[in-house]
Amino acid sequence: MPSYSTSEFKKGLKVQLDGDPYLMIECNFVKPGKGNALYKCKLRNLLRNTVLERTYKGGDSLEAADITEIAAQYLYRQGEMFIFMDNISYEQFELTSAQVDDAWKYIKEGTICNMVLFNGNPISVTPPNHMVLRIEYCEPAVRGNTATNLTKPVKLETGATMLCPAFVDIGDLIKLDTRTGEYIERAKE
Amino acid sequence: MTKDQCDYLPSASWPVLRLRATLLRTLREFFHQHGFLEVETPILSADVVVDRHLEPFLVDFATGAGTRRMWLQTSPEFGMKRLLAAGGVAIYQVTRAFRQAEQGPRHNPEFTIVEWYRRGDGPDEAMRFLAELCEVLLGLAPAERLSYQAAFERHVGVDPHTADVARLEEVARGRGLSPPASMDAEDRDLWLDFLLVEFVEPRLGQDRPVILYDYPASQAALAHVRPGPPAMAERFELYVAGIELANGYHELLDASVLRQRNRTNNATRRAEGKPSLPEASRLLAAMDHGLPACAGVALGFDRVVMLAAGAASLDEVLAFPFDRA
Repeated sequence: MPSYSTSEFKKGLKVQLDGDPYLMIECNFVKPGKGNALYKCKLRNLLRNTVLERTYKGGDSLEAADITEIAAQYLYRQGEMFIFMDNISYEQFELTSAQVDDAWKYIKEGTICNMVLFNGNPISVTPPNHMVLRIEYCEPAVRGNTATNLTKPVKLETGATMLCPAFVDIGDLIKLDTRTGEYIERAKE
Repeated sequence: MTKDQCDYLPSASWPVLRLRATLLRTLREFFHQHGFLEVETPILSADVVVDRHLEPFLVDFATGAGTRRMWLQTSPEFGMKRLLAAGGVAIYQVTRAFRQAEQGPRHNPEFTIVEWYRRGDGPDEAMRFLAELCEVLLGLAPAERLSYQAAFERHVGVDPHTADVARLEEVARGRGLSPPASMDAEDRDLWLDFLLVEFVEPRLGQDRPVILYDYPASQAALAHVRPGPPAMAERFELYVAGIELANGYHELLDASVLRQRNRTNNATRRAEGKPSLPEASRLLAAMDHGLPACAGVALGFDRVVMLAAGAASLDEVLAFPFDRA
């Protein structure tokens, strides 16, 4: 794998440290007075999601992490495993629920997700920013109330629960934002 | 529009550019009131500061019969000291300096530097003048003076003049730091810089401006070293909100000491794979002739504007930062 030297350090760099992939989320060049050039970096572990602070000296280098992103279609769930397929190579990947994280709430068969691979192995999936899902169950709709600030819990076809305005009903399609988990609007077929 | 499509636009807003102009006017008025003469010296010169950690831009000057190597100044120090040796008493300059590979939220490879010298000033007078200028520009409380030693004792818990590398490393690790593997066990100054950046600098000047003074003799640069023990470099730096704004020296006057420092710096540069820089200079000739006792200070003007504007990076106070230059 190639490596990056301090002069190439910048936000967004994907590097490898002690075998784990990290995303450089911050890099500050500091140079006290007439002194040495140092780089204060914040790195997010892409497996554990923890943040590490590290300082490097000018001329140091970090190994690049073999990180690729692919479009992967969600096929089905088998117990605790989620099965996805690379949309181009048709290769199938099994992800644990820990790797899928919150994405399970928003994906259904056929949903195309963004999958991150480290050394060819999946480490995370991100669903599209907006999804349209059907409401499987909720309390009856409150007729005539179109206010969006009055909410109630609903159960989606994926099995996840979320808050929706009181006027939605069983069988309705709703559009939601997967980044915040918030309701956007009612959707048509 | 993408970032590339709009990079013809200034990155600083008009209110900030107006603030910048106001600060520049205030600054010039301050120097004028204190009897300083504004001077100008060449930005492009045949001479250059020989420093281990400063990389100058090299410019080839085509003479018709070949090229001559010239350098963009890393500070106006040489030209201004030559003026002092030629009779200058209190002089200041607002100019541009250039340093390779220094780019980040608080560094632009081309930056505005304010530098001044006053004949007869010692460290005390020079620090007092700097503190006053800082008050006038930023409207903050008077600066507190803190020795490099006291700052290390307070924020790191070691004596920076006596602790060896093993001790400095122990302190760093004991406080949860992972020093880069490339840290040289022989390079004590690098370890001091590392601890300074991690534990000291972020805490300096948070309540009021701080002037850090009396640096280790090994970090003298062009400052006079006061004999010890421990010997101390009569150098000082102004910090506001963790940001270094100015660097000052009670100036080194002895040309033979400067020649020796140039040789040492070039040897270190070569060992680190950096190009040698010319050691002979017209500054040395001027010092041979006689540089009067004086103190000099350099202030990073862009950072002053950044603090005054409450900005988080220099891009917000430069019309066209390096990537849009």
